[in-house]
Amino acid sequence: MLNQPVLLAGGINVFKYAAPQTFYPLAGKMIPWFSWTAALLCVAGLYIGFFVAPTDHQQGESYRIIFIHVPAAWMSMLIYVVMAFWAGAGLIFNTRLSHMMVSALVPTGAMFTFVALWTGALWGKPTWGTWWAWDARMTSELILLFLYFGFMALQAGIDDARRADRAGAVLALVGVINIPIIYFSVKWWNTLHQGASVSFTSAPTMAATMFAGMMLMALAAWMYTIAAALHRVRSIIIEREQGTEWLRNHTGSQS
Amino acid sequence: MMTLLRAVIRRDLLLAWRRRADIATVVLFFVIVVSLFPLGVGPEPNLLRTIAPGIIWVAALLACMLSLQNMFTSDHSDGALDQMLLAAAPLSMIVVARAFAHWLMSGLPLVILSPLLAIQFDLAPELSPVLTLSLLLGTPILTLIGAIGAALTLGLRGGGMLLALLVLPLYVPVLILGAGAVDAASAGLGADAHLLLLGAQLLVTATFAPWAVAAALRISAE
Repeated sequence: MLNQPVLLAGGINVFKYAAPQTFYPLAGKMIPWFSWTAALLCVAGLYIGFFVAPTDHQQGESYRIIFIHVPAAWMSMLIYVVMAFWAGAGLIFNTRLSHMMVSALVPTGAMFTFVALWTGALWGKPTWGTWWAWDARMTSELILLFLYFGFMALQAGIDDARRADRAGAVLALVGVINIPIIYFSVKWWNTLHQGASVSFTSAPTMAATMFAGMMLMALAAWMYTIAAALHRVRSIIIEREQGTEWLRNHTGSQS
Repeated sequence: MMTLLRAVIRRDLLLAWRRRADIATVVLFFVIVVSLFPLGVGPEPNLLRTIAPGIIWVAALLACMLSLQNMFTSDHSDGALDQMLLAAAPLSMIVVARAFAHWLMSGLPLVILSPLLAIQFDLAPELSPVLTLSLLLGTPILTLIGAIGAALTLGLRGGGMLLALLVLPLYVPVLILGAGAVDAASAGLGADAHLLLLGAQLLVTATFAPWAVAAALRISAE
């Protein structure tokens, strides 16, 4: 069953690109496209965010951090899910590239989580008067950061690449099952201890330009993530496939 | 299947009984950590009463986690683990039995000791059973989730710290629900909801964790 080529509607064999030697040049071709799209979207989003979008009548100019904060927070959660998806694919189909993709996504995910927390603190100081509150979203974001760090520490602690891949995949799947449980328990814990001091829902409805700016930035974050992951996956392929025939041919027999 | 479970549990208990000092270490660690907090925050009874559930729960969490480090290591080094991997019986069943035996030696003593520590913190007499019950439901979850981490970090350098890093974030819901049960009871809200959720989590974990542990053991022992 698994040896049958899986054909999409267009007759493209999906598993053809599951091999590092076919994916490596493909990724190389895709990186500039995604990088430039990310850069253009980012410039457009920041322009709208900083110059076009109106000043918030409650929070003044400080609300503009939303254009970085919200996309980063979205990406931080999305990347973990994508990571778990590739981890599952890697365990089921035993494809090396899936595992490499997981390792390539993790640093970007941890980066976005950190950015979300950091910008959140910067935003919280002028608006709520505190750098940190044990708000449910903040706390679960912090735990997400710990999950990313745990994953990176586990992979760094295992020398054998194959074991690191598979152990990381199990951890990613266990983590993704736990994320909703963690989120709801933290939310419940917070509402029990103190009334919701911070609510996003009570904010004034968003102006159309603000929304547009945020969406552009979110798309830019997507494109950046894809470009960064592809770039990193290429590095991982080079590292792991050192000395193989195809890589030597590809890089002009330098090594 | 029952004979297999019984045989594995019996073996693990026997091994643990021959190394009684290990069980005592976990219990002593738990008691010492709990006793350190009043020294750190001061002997103000009202404060201690408020923070008692949290402290006892965090100490139980740490004690469970520390005891997990050698859950599979000696079997890994003497080859018994390879026998278990090769056995005709499903590995996840062996894992269930081992986790149960491990909980009997490291989790249950903490549960039994908790009323005594509650007295140390002057916890109201009607809250003490809630604390014990929450620990009774929660510590098996700690053992099961921790077993995944122990299996993943088997034989790695710096395994202990790594295990903490992997497992502690996953312990958050248990801590919240466990300590929250006592808080809710002391606030007059009733601890039923917390305890039921804790029970639900125990069921879910007991169903899925053995698979993950078995998969992790196969990966680590390859």
